[in-house]
Amino acid sequence: MGGDAAGPLQQQNGRPVEHDFALWEKRVDALMVLMTTKGHFTVDGLRRAIEDMGPGAFETMSYYDRWIAAVNQNLVESGVYTLAELGEKMEQVARRGSTYGQASLAGA
Amino acid sequence: MLDVGPGTAVRVRGMQPPGHIRTPHYLRGKAGVIERCLGLSGNPEQLAYGLPGASLPLYRVRFTMADIWGARAERPDDTLDAEIYGHWLEETV
Repeated sequence: MGGDAAGPLQQQNGRPVEHDFALWEKRVDALMVLMTTKGHFTVDGLRRAIEDMGPGAFETMSYYDRWIAAVNQNLVESGVYTLAELGEKMEQVARRGSTYGQASLAGA
Repeated sequence: MLDVGPGTAVRVRGMQPPGHIRTPHYLRGKAGVIERCLGLSGNPEQLAYGLPGASLPLYRVRFTMADIWGARAERPDDTLDAEIYGHWLEETV
């Protein structure tokens, strides 16, 4: 965050630590590319939604947590789906059970 | 709207409206020089809200550390380039 001390860079053997991305994070990235390519919103809209979350979001949410929330915000605003449709889809996904993600990872 | 060429002395506007703005806060009100013109680009202040972005001139502006930090600059002659839209720049004499 601008103006706040960020602490030292994470390093290993004198080089910056590279982070592996989880499958869901790669999917969020792909969704962003797909939705902006289709013209539903722009990278400016992504940045605006993330900024509007306020400084607290940078402490409580991960990078792609903030992205998916901002992608969702923009898709709702541009009318791609309604909140009711989103809620129904979230219930459908929840009914798959808590181990569904592991199964999809195993097949990835 | 500012329409100038490289070498023109400019000042970044100091206004502070809320919202999505690409002009860095630490450069607002600071004096610099147009390094090059980057052509027209969509206004992110409209694109961010799902609106068609007006085509505005985008400039690369060069600042010295002394321009930005004044007497606190550790290396006053080092420079920093930032890309800033024309509606955020005023020509200085």
